[in-house]
Amino acid sequence: MTYLEHKVKSVPAGWRKVLFLNWPLILLLSAVAGVGFLMLYSVAGGSFRPWAEPQMKRFAMGLALMAVVAMVPIWFWRNLSFVAYLVALALLVFVTFFGTAAGGSQRWIDLGFMRLQPSELMKVTLVMLLAAYYDWLPLKKTSRPLWVILPVLLILLPAGLVFEQPDLGTALLILMGGGLMMFLAGVHWAYFAAVIALGGGLVLAVFESKGTDWQLLGDYHYKRIETFVDPTSDPLGAGYHITQAKIAMGSGGWTGKGYMQGTQSRLNFLPEKHTDFIFNTLAEEFGFVGGFSLLILYVLILLFCILSAVQNRDRYSSLLILGIGVTFFLYFAVNMSMVMGLAPVVGVPLPLVSYGGSAMLVLMVAFGLVQSAHIHRPR
Amino acid sequence: MRRTPRETAESAVRVTRRGLILGGLQLGFAATLALRMRHLQVDQADEFRLLAEENRINIRLIPPARGRIFDREGRVIAENEQTYRITIVREDAGDVDAVIARLSQLVELEEDALNRALAEMKRTAPFFPVTVADRVDWEDISRVAVNAPALPGVTPEVGLSRVYPQGDLFAHVAGYVQRVQDRNLALYEDPPAVLRVPGFQHGQVGVEARMENLLRGEAGTKRVEVNAAGRVMRELDRREGEAGADIQLTVDSALQDYIHARLGAESASVVVMDLEKGDLLAIGSSPSYDPNKFVHGISSKDFKVLLDDDHRPLASKTVQDAYPPGSTFKMVTALAALDAGLVAPDETVWCPGHMEIGSRRFHCWKRVGHGHMNLEQSLRESCDVYYYDLALKVGIERIAEMGRRLGLGVAHDVPMSAVTSGLMPDKAWKLRERGSEWVIGDSVNASIGQGFVLSSPLQLAVMCARIATGRDISPRLIKSVDGVETPSRAGQSLGLNEAHLRQVRNAMYAVSNSRRGTAFASRIVADGLRMSGKTGTAQVSSNVVDNNSVPWEQRDHALFVNFAPHDTPRIAVSVVVEHGGGGSAAAAPIARDVTLQALYGEDPPLEAYPSSDRSRIKAQQDRLARERRIRDAEGQSRA
Repeated sequence: MTYLEHKVKSVPAGWRKVLFLNWPLILLLSAVAGVGFLMLYSVAGGSFRPWAEPQMKRFAMGLALMAVVAMVPIWFWRNLSFVAYLVALALLVFVTFFGTAAGGSQRWIDLGFMRLQPSELMKVTLVMLLAAYYDWLPLKKTSRPLWVILPVLLILLPAGLVFEQPDLGTALLILMGGGLMMFLAGVHWAYFAAVIALGGGLVLAVFESKGTDWQLLGDYHYKRIETFVDPTSDPLGAGYHITQAKIAMGSGGWTGKGYMQGTQSRLNFLPEKHTDFIFNTLAEEFGFVGGFSLLILYVLILLFCILSAVQNRDRYSSLLILGIGVTFFLYFAVNMSMVMGLAPVVGVPLPLVSYGGSAMLVLMVAFGLVQSAHIHRPR
Repeated sequence: MRRTPRETAESAVRVTRRGLILGGLQLGFAATLALRMRHLQVDQADEFRLLAEENRINIRLIPPARGRIFDREGRVIAENEQTYRITIVREDAGDVDAVIARLSQLVELEEDALNRALAEMKRTAPFFPVTVADRVDWEDISRVAVNAPALPGVTPEVGLSRVYPQGDLFAHVAGYVQRVQDRNLALYEDPPAVLRVPGFQHGQVGVEARMENLLRGEAGTKRVEVNAAGRVMRELDRREGEAGADIQLTVDSALQDYIHARLGAESASVVVMDLEKGDLLAIGSSPSYDPNKFVHGISSKDFKVLLDDDHRPLASKTVQDAYPPGSTFKMVTALAALDAGLVAPDETVWCPGHMEIGSRRFHCWKRVGHGHMNLEQSLRESCDVYYYDLALKVGIERIAEMGRRLGLGVAHDVPMSAVTSGLMPDKAWKLRERGSEWVIGDSVNASIGQGFVLSSPLQLAVMCARIATGRDISPRLIKSVDGVETPSRAGQSLGLNEAHLRQVRNAMYAVSNSRRGTAFASRIVADGLRMSGKTGTAQVSSNVVDNNSVPWEQRDHALFVNFAPHDTPRIAVSVVVEHGGGGSAAAAPIARDVTLQALYGEDPPLEAYPSSDRSRIKAQQDRLARERRIRDAEGQSRA
């Protein structure tokens, strides 16, 4: 609770708001995005095209969006939460029926200048909605079954739609993000214990159902899980990606092979090297030092979020900041787990680093909300 | 709509507590990630580094240049030529059909090859070069090079291929190479990796096959970096291989050329052996074929022509075919009898034209009989009855033993394909192979080189060489390897009584030089070069009375063996003319011409021939000079 603020008696107004932005957070986000540019330049073989340059433009756009969102008072956004959720839900419904078919699933709305992924949008709007919900809900009702079922339905609805696309990874992220929001809001422990027990049972059922008439997941999901458990079982098929990703990472060693010297990525052994597996390129070229540094940057972003949330005495604001922090955490934690062979490959990008429009813009808007909550916190 | 923040002490505490718990969990998970990272990148780094290198580095073989083959004068028998082929890389070509259409205006493209190439393009990666035209000539290549801008993705490439500049002369000796085939790989317990290189050639027949390991050389290697799709990104380093050893044969191309011309259309074979070291100066098998056709892959039509020819051009008759030696075997019988001390050279046998043995009558070729015959007379006039008599006295075991000592019935160690051991039968052999007892008639037949006895022209030449020198001389085909001379094959004395040998040699001299000798018509009259020989006629089907009145394939084989000069023997020669009729008429004249050619090293002066033959020989020399490929000037330029 240092910088500038101890002299401020009330919420700043006008251009003075710029001074009260959470500048360390902006610097950290820019540093992470910078790592992304560096790696996208490298995997393109030392070229700004086709990835680094569009990514930089998008980040610039994201920064602008973040600034705009940050300037608008947080209570405005709070009042918009429910509408935002409905819009995202509508887009999700739309994409399930009219979305552009790609990669065997419908995930995008083609806006012309970019492809919008409503499921990304949903991650943030769901956090907003749940924050507003628990802000509105009297504290003593928080753990009452009726008031627990309502948010559960609000979570399950979009998660189910995303699962139908089918995009198991994002559906799980939505479920976990929503669940953790409820945890933050103070829902009773017992519910989570019950859900965890139920989840365990469900996982068991999923495996039991394999090959039967009531098989719960698509064949390709089972395939991914199988090759995750034992990548060598299918070294030239689905296991190839995991194996090559681990080789790229492991061969980096302590300090890496040097910038643009990563053989695994440069020679295309690494799959999806500019999107899901970009972390492996980083780890290959900059070694443990590089990979660990990025992890530290991510953790610092998390810590600044938690710090900001703890400082904030507005319930909506602190829930929102923590929720966005959790969403951000889930992104990088799932992506890193998957590229390091700790989780099945489910197609989650590395936040702010992987090439891709929707995720970056949505995240920047989300951090705009964090900034807004930070600037307009009660004093 | 601004409102006062909802804040109760309780809610703030709860959110803070839960937030910190969650933050702690997140940190814990981040630590797990860091540990995992450490595990992969520090603990297992070496292992993964190795795997990454294996991914990236590919070792490619650089095929070695095959060793060349020369004749004894240094003329090239087999060498490597650069061949040009045109390849297309689909990825670089863009519109493949348009590029091929443009290419076909410059170079003649075969439809078959083109269709094969298009099919291959569909199967292979887009950056993989596919051959659209093989073995194009240099003009085509330069036209393609000039028009390169209009032909994206088209590259002329250079490779090495075997070529036999002497055509059919040494097809049976040097043999030929072809692309590696499954049966070649089966020869090795652990085939050298270079054999898997596409288009690599392996000896199939003859010296090329038998000396494959020396000729092949050592493949070099280059390490290249490849990407995931297998495309070569760059060359990291290379280690040059070692070219195969150059092999010099003992053969003389000029003599071989003469022999092929002299044999003409006959189905015949000639072996000329040098008596100093056992060098095979010529090993001609006629008719022959062009080995170059096999290198490129012979068309089935051409191959069928070769297979269907009743003169069997594919057969290497000098070493792989075994014929009844006929009367050329009589020296063996005579030496066996002399060696056993059972007969004296002057002892005579009465030849009434036949001999009764048991209930069977064995005829002499001369039905009216030769009268009294001693050793020299019997060989000179080739009396059969004399040898029937020897057979009864000596027995097959001694004859067979002498035959083997003189090189019959054993496979000589020459690096050619399908070298036969012929057959030198004895009692044990017959019991083992035929399951019946040896009968006296078998000995009688064997004594004149009929019945079970079989020998190749090479064996006959060796037999003659051993009689001429009295030494254990064996054929040598490889003169030197990479300039290092191989050991002489003229061994020690056979341990035969020199007087016996002289008696047989003198009898052979009489064959060629006595008025009553069966080969008198084919004598040499040059002083100091006179030859000694023996005619032979091997029956193909029984009861042939007149060779001219039966179909070709039923006529007798004509044989002749000789050495020359009589006093200081330098060469031994054997000639077999399949279905040629009598040895004196069909084989002896060839043997004389070849002998003179070998002794003079060029067309002999007409004075070497009897005066009555000279005009005919002159005409023959002129005719053959035109037919031969290697003339003196050309021979020198090659050397």
